[in-house]
Amino acid sequence: MLKYSEETMKRFSHPKYVGEMKDADAVGEEGNFKCGDVMRIYLKIKDNKITDIKFLTYGCVAAIASTDALCETVKGKTLEEAEKLTWKDVVKGLGEMPTIKVHCSVMGIEALKDAIKKYRNGIKPVFDDEEPCCEEMRKIGKVNE
Amino acid sequence: MRFKLIYMDNGATTKIDENVLKTMMPFFTDKYANPSSSHSFGQDAKDAIDKARGRIAESINANDDEIFFTSGGTESNNWVLKGVAFAAKKEDKNKNHIITTKIEHKSILNSCKWLEDNAGFTTTYLDVDKDGFVNPEDVRKAITSKTILVSIIHGNNEVGTIQDIEAIGKICKESKVLFHTDVCQSYSKSELDVKKQNIDLMTLNAHKIHGPKGIGALYVKRDTRIMDWQQGGSHEKGMRSGTENVHGIVGFGEAVKIAKNDFKKNNKYISELRDKLIKGIMENVENVKLNGPDIKENGNKRLSNNVNFSFSAIEGESLGGYLDQKWVCSSTGSACNARTLEPSYVLKAMGLTDEEANGSLRLTLSKFNTEEEIDYVIKILPKIVEKLRYISPIGKVVNYFKKDKKE
Repeated sequence: MLKYSEETMKRFSHPKYVGEMKDADAVGEEGNFKCGDVMRIYLKIKDNKITDIKFLTYGCVAAIASTDALCETVKGKTLEEAEKLTWKDVVKGLGEMPTIKVHCSVMGIEALKDAIKKYRNGIKPVFDDEEPCCEEMRKIGKVNE
Repeated sequence: MRFKLIYMDNGATTKIDENVLKTMMPFFTDKYANPSSSHSFGQDAKDAIDKARGRIAESINANDDEIFFTSGGTESNNWVLKGVAFAAKKEDKNKNHIITTKIEHKSILNSCKWLEDNAGFTTTYLDVDKDGFVNPEDVRKAITSKTILVSIIHGNNEVGTIQDIEAIGKICKESKVLFHTDVCQSYSKSELDVKKQNIDLMTLNAHKIHGPKGIGALYVKRDTRIMDWQQGGSHEKGMRSGTENVHGIVGFGEAVKIAKNDFKKNNKYISELRDKLIKGIMENVENVKLNGPDIKENGNKRLSNNVNFSFSAIEGESLGGYLDQKWVCSSTGSACNARTLEPSYVLKAMGLTDEEANGSLRLTLSKFNTEEEIDYVIKILPKIVEKLRYISPIGKVVNYFKKDKKE
């Protein structure tokens, strides 16, 4: 394992924003299996504000820690404010991140932007527990018109 | 509170045996002479090197003059490929073909690539089956009139597959092609006999067998055509110059002595721990797969210390991260752990999907592990897997529908 900062390890050990949100108003995704990272962000939105946020990831230490930090930053912000966030805003509280792990910590932001974009385009998430298998994951992103 | 470290990454390196360290210490402090010096002080150092060389030669049924010390496995592998390639090319410029496998250590694969890029050589990378075995007949089929060398790892570092080097050695001998094997992982865990197994060149190292780092050896059968590796003051019979790493060599010799004496006892003990760990995890975790040879049918074809699992829906670096927080040292074939951000090429060669390779965990044991440590890992690992599956989006389905505009 690479050398991570104490703050990163703390977040990784006890992420506060992890979990599924089955009444989310928007869901965004980023990543692929090959590089080993898949990121999903759930948003609850009221009056243009992000009132709640959760994430799930098939990802590494950096992905878990940085996305948890992102969630903390984003909660309570308007969609416009959230969209303007950069990678630097997210990782500044985490101490130094190994260079090779930068892309893992960017994924949370990309998933967040994807969620906001889908929300604006009127694309709603529908939760279906019937077929929990990996194949379903690969289909995600497909929009049923 | 800091818990006692549980070291299960012995495929990466091992803890030095205290008796090995003890035999090394005088060569830092009292017996520090250069073995090339003609005074008797220097000759004592030379005697110590010769003694270690003898022990290493004996352990693989070779002659003393066939053992050359190097800085480790990577150097020995580089020397073999480049030394044999250039010696063959010098004799006949049409001889330019090397055969190896897709599951070698990087020092073999990248040396082959270097020879392809810089010296006009071509390489055949043999496939392996789902358990990591090379079919010896594939070696026979790959040999051409241009082939100079077959290089195949004995015990695989990731999944512990032990190849049938005797069968491969026989084919190479019949085809009059040199045969090299890298035994860094299998040394002290599997019987080695260069005569019986028809081995021309063999890479050995010390730090995987409770010896020091920075010392290894290359066995070169007498009359094998190979170039000298490092030029200078004609150390190692002019093949690999440079003042000898005396304390390292002495430690290497002692590690070999201990490993040889305890061979049966250690391998019985370690393989029992291995089997207990494998069974314990398979029984307590769902959707887990053992990578490499099955312990029921092929237990003796798997390194006695190797355990490698793939857990579905979770990523290996995070798994290792949570184990690390419980003071358990492990390793993974996940892309997230690699400098290249590609999943393990060994697991991919065995036909694993990206997801399976990314969800892999390697635990490699040694004589210093205890049954209590195995019990502890069997207790905590299922909980960590459960936590990561909770975090994972895999299996938690979301579909997307576009809202009707009229709505």
